[in-house]
Amino acid sequence: MRIAVASGKGGTGKTTVAVGLALSLAGSRKEWERPLLLDCDVEAPDAHLFLRPEFEETVPAPVQVPRIDMERCIVCGDCAAVCRFNALAVLGGQVVVLPELCHSCGSCVHHCPPRAITEIPRTIGTLEAGRSNGISLARGILNVGEAMAVPVISQLKRWKENHPGGLTILDAPPGTSCPVVETLGGADYVLLVTEPTPFGLHDLRLAVEMVREMKIPMGVIINRDGIGDEAVEAFCEAEGLPVLLRIPFDREIAEGLARGRTLLEVRPEFRDMFRRMMERIEA
Amino acid sequence: MKELVVLSGKGGTGKTAVTAALAHQVASDEAFAGSVIVDADVDAANLELVVGAARMETHEFQGSEVAFIDTESCLVCGICQEFCRFEAIAFSPDGRFQVEPMACEGCAACFYQCPTESIRMIPRMAGQWFVSESRFGLLLHARLRPAQENSGKLVAQVKDEARRRAKECESPLVLVDGPPGIACPAIAALSGADLALIVTEPTVAGLHDLQRAEEMVTHFQLPSLVCINKADINPEGAEQIEARCRTRGVPVVGRIPFDSSVPAAMAEGKPVTEYHRDGDAGRALSNLWRHLADILANGRETRSLATLSFGNSKEEPTVVR
Repeated sequence: MRIAVASGKGGTGKTTVAVGLALSLAGSRKEWERPLLLDCDVEAPDAHLFLRPEFEETVPAPVQVPRIDMERCIVCGDCAAVCRFNALAVLGGQVVVLPELCHSCGSCVHHCPPRAITEIPRTIGTLEAGRSNGISLARGILNVGEAMAVPVISQLKRWKENHPGGLTILDAPPGTSCPVVETLGGADYVLLVTEPTPFGLHDLRLAVEMVREMKIPMGVIINRDGIGDEAVEAFCEAEGLPVLLRIPFDREIAEGLARGRTLLEVRPEFRDMFRRMMERIEA
Repeated sequence: MKELVVLSGKGGTGKTAVTAALAHQVASDEAFAGSVIVDADVDAANLELVVGAARMETHEFQGSEVAFIDTESCLVCGICQEFCRFEAIAFSPDGRFQVEPMACEGCAACFYQCPTESIRMIPRMAGQWFVSESRFGLLLHARLRPAQENSGKLVAQVKDEARRRAKECESPLVLVDGPPGIACPAIAALSGADLALIVTEPTVAGLHDLQRAEEMVTHFQLPSLVCINKADINPEGAEQIEARCRTRGVPVVGRIPFDSSVPAAMAEGKPVTEYHRDGDAGRALSNLWRHLADILANGRETRSLATLSFGNSKEEPTVVR
């Protein structure tokens, strides 16, 4: 089973929920012997700050980019003409590759008359995996200055696709665009974490629209319950979305999380609440 | 004309609350009359909820193209699927090849390979962008349709438009509310700016993501300033941030205390400085603007501030790659 934790708005508590859920379910059933938490927020990966695993495996995350064999290149410009991303250009009588813009589609390779283009790997990030407190954690880290998060997310997912532990929890980046879609692809259920504020509601609407378009069942978790109004609740009711859990607005929780403690360390009763929530999702 | 971009790395640290307060302060500062505001968080554009925007113009945003297979002339040879590297072409149960638009990257590899020319690349309406009159001046904002690509391209488009209009009106400042993260939308928001203000919070995650955001800004050779939101919820955490900023030579120009008037102001749809001007957060935010106004008023000062402090720091700014 794959459960993705997402939100439209940032900072609503996705990582708090993903970490809490993974820790609560670890070992609770035979098939959840060792849940896998995939931190897919490769721009701002934070789950490890709470789990403090030892990363045992590290591999680079490369993308394929063209390399021009200048000996063979006849500077016909066909590669630049087929590239939809302006990653190749003819400048000053030679073909120049702009690797940051390349989407690795391979069209330039196929359209080079003298077959002067090959593909070489270019590292844009790192994948790491380790263990902590009965769960496996794997994360992707986009290199600073790189623009494309999606390839790192897709490689992270492929790297750990065959997780023997049975349960995978994916911690998504904020927003509703391509990195989130990449994270949610193939998920059996999406938990949308929101807060009961006008911003939370505004962005929840967009997130719901996105998950509906992806045709994945979903439920809502209201974090910082009590900080705002009832509008999120009313929206969920009207849209037929189950509110699966409420995490209260509580200074002690906020201070604990600020110092890198998990929700379960501050409020152990959430272990049972997460387990009951999971039973409800399965039903 | 100056351009100030508010970023954060981690989401939810208070970028929009800070930007809205700055917009309010800018509008009441004579030296910055006629400034233009931009909401560059096109996935979750919330600024208009706080600055009171009346829409004047709506424009369609065309994202990347998407492949479309004409099943009439398609021979069902499967070459398109073979050449697609994004698993965007599926064989449907009724025996046809179909494009899964959400997976399609718009690279046109299939279009180039199709032997019967049965594939067309069609434009995709990925969102809209708007020009609005806010209570604090012109607002440029956008909405990416959920589950779309190209948020970076939409950010770039909105910013170009904002700059064009700012130039026309001889605006002194373009104030940009940026997206979270450090990849294409954040880079697009930063591109062409003079100065980044990174809003962080004193949490382990806030510090971690602040570092990445600040390294990203440095990577593009722009100066950063830092503002610590909810600074008093974890004083040791705030001290760690201050220490890190000292090492990196990044000035901390704002410390906003936790104040319940911030969520209350957002719920009312008002900037904190307008809702409760003399509250703790309201005062801290108007001080932040005074500080920023000083820095923006003299471009050389901004640069020298950054160069000078980098020069003094023990650690050189890391340039990745």
